[in-house]
Amino acid sequence: MLWSDRFFDTMRELEGMSRALRRFDVPSTVEFPATNVWMSDDDAVVTTEIPGIDPDALEISVVKDSLTLRCSRQAEEMKEGETYHRRERWNGQFTKTLRLPFAVESGKVEARFSKGVLAIILPRAEAEKPRKISVKSE
Amino acid sequence: MPETAGDMQKKEAETPETGERTRACRIYSPQVDIIERQEEIVVIADMPGVDEKSIDITLEKNVLTIYGRVDFEAPKDHRPVLSEYGIGDYQRVFTLSDEVDRDKIQASVKNGVLKLVMPKAESAKTRKIPIKAEGIGGMMNLKLSNA
Repeated sequence: MLWSDRFFDTMRELEGMSRALRRFDVPSTVEFPATNVWMSDDDAVVTTEIPGIDPDALEISVVKDSLTLRCSRQAEEMKEGETYHRRERWNGQFTKTLRLPFAVESGKVEARFSKGVLAIILPRAEAEKPRKISVKSE
Repeated sequence: MPETAGDMQKKEAETPETGERTRACRIYSPQVDIIERQEEIVVIADMPGVDEKSIDITLEKNVLTIYGRVDFEAPKDHRPVLSEYGIGDYQRVFTLSDEVDRDKIQASVKNGVLKLVMPKAESAKTRKIPIKAEGIGGMMNLKLSNA
């Protein structure tokens, strides 16, 4: 049964691949603001483009493995006799929650806001870090 | 104002008429608000990743070009796991009418937002012709004839 063996091998390989992909899947709840996520063994870096917001009014909260961003941006104040020719920029309030594949050491989270780009560094909780197990030979 | 999340996504700019660029990167079209005030026209553009050193504004004849260069480095020893937005330079081109006083255009960048203030030219300000309203009597006559 050479053929069927090979078939099941391929199936197993495919399944392994999709499982590997799912492991790093970072589901997010809403489309805005768009975020990029990078990961290493020690931490995750989340970046998002939110130009023109007041960094002091930005709320970042971390609970276990989820990160929530909350912020708002006001539209330009309009006086009488002023009109919009074009209005493409977003404004209003947004909330976005990201779920990371590991629990975060919430006390060590760092956030930087520069040139309208927010970068958050989320270290992996110590207990969740991958551990190397040495094998003793008898 | 953008209605859906899709409208808020970054849009890639159309191929610039000036030809291909040597820098191999994507070019996005920044979202703008343009406001007309009594004395000036204000252009506000969202250009995250750009500061005053990496922005280039040129006015040639009546073509205003905004170009923003974004220098981005991915975090070291990290692998990307989610990518919802692309990173690249920004470009947008506007054709101005004669009513802008070209010598007095001011530009500032704060938190990735460019603000261009273009004062209206004197000739454009004085060109306005005030229109006087007719007396109430005329209005009443109109109403009566309608009825």
